[in-house]
Amino acid sequence: MSVAESTFRREFPVKGGDFAKAGTAACEIKELLKDLGIDTTTVRRAAIVAYEAEMNVIMYAREARMDLTVSPKEIHLIIDDRGPGIPDVELALTEGYSTATAEMRELGFGAGMGLPNIKRNADVFAIDSEVGRGTRLEITIRTNGHGKP
Amino acid sequence: MTLSELAACLDLKVFTSGVPLDTPVLGGYASDLLSDVIGHGRKGDLWVTMQVHPNIVAVAVLKDLAGIVLVNGREPAPETLEQAAREKIALLGARLGAFDISGRLYGLGLKGS
Repeated sequence: MSVAESTFRREFPVKGGDFAKAGTAACEIKELLKDLGIDTTTVRRAAIVAYEAEMNVIMYAREARMDLTVSPKEIHLIIDDRGPGIPDVELALTEGYSTATAEMRELGFGAGMGLPNIKRNADVFAIDSEVGRGTRLEITIRTNGHGKP
Repeated sequence: MTLSELAACLDLKVFTSGVPLDTPVLGGYASDLLSDVIGHGRKGDLWVTMQVHPNIVAVAVLKDLAGIVLVNGREPAPETLEQAAREKIALLGARLGAFDISGRLYGLGLKGS
């Protein structure tokens, strides 16, 4: 079977503000990857990336599309949102920095670890954000990678 | 130790029915910040928290946690209980606060990261 034939793709829509469904896409992605026979450590890393990205959309953006592509060697996730964008990406990547509201913090969100958790679990991490337009994350996790948590 | 052994030793309330309690507990983590648990919790950990809303179940599923202990006599929200039953995540309850119940768990041999 060629690489192209064995590539799996699925799209997950995420709606901003939908706290009741928070984590649904990430849990589905986790199940899917398990079903595809990917090892549990890699599945967990991808699930963490998907969860944190999903939560960021729910907390801050209007909507987003999460694209999951799985090929024999890597898991690829693109999260493209329509939202306020991030004015200072470097600051947003700093552990502990958060712009979460008091209500979100009361629910246990806003630890300022979302993007850092994503970066830590990604083999390749790219972020592109434009204020007033939205944010695009592109993450690759190698299924045969080593040395990641 | 398993969840049921810990529940018996520490007089923990079991909120979920139909969720197996023979899961071995490998360690523990205490936090009320979800991303902190996502970042630092480990597979098989028992999670001690005061958060009772449904999102805690997703965190437990994603991290393959052994179960969740709600502290200070807090009860899970109805949706949390439903989701926990669906995802087979054990929800337990302690009358003690996070510090005390973590200390008891530690005393029984559970360690953090």
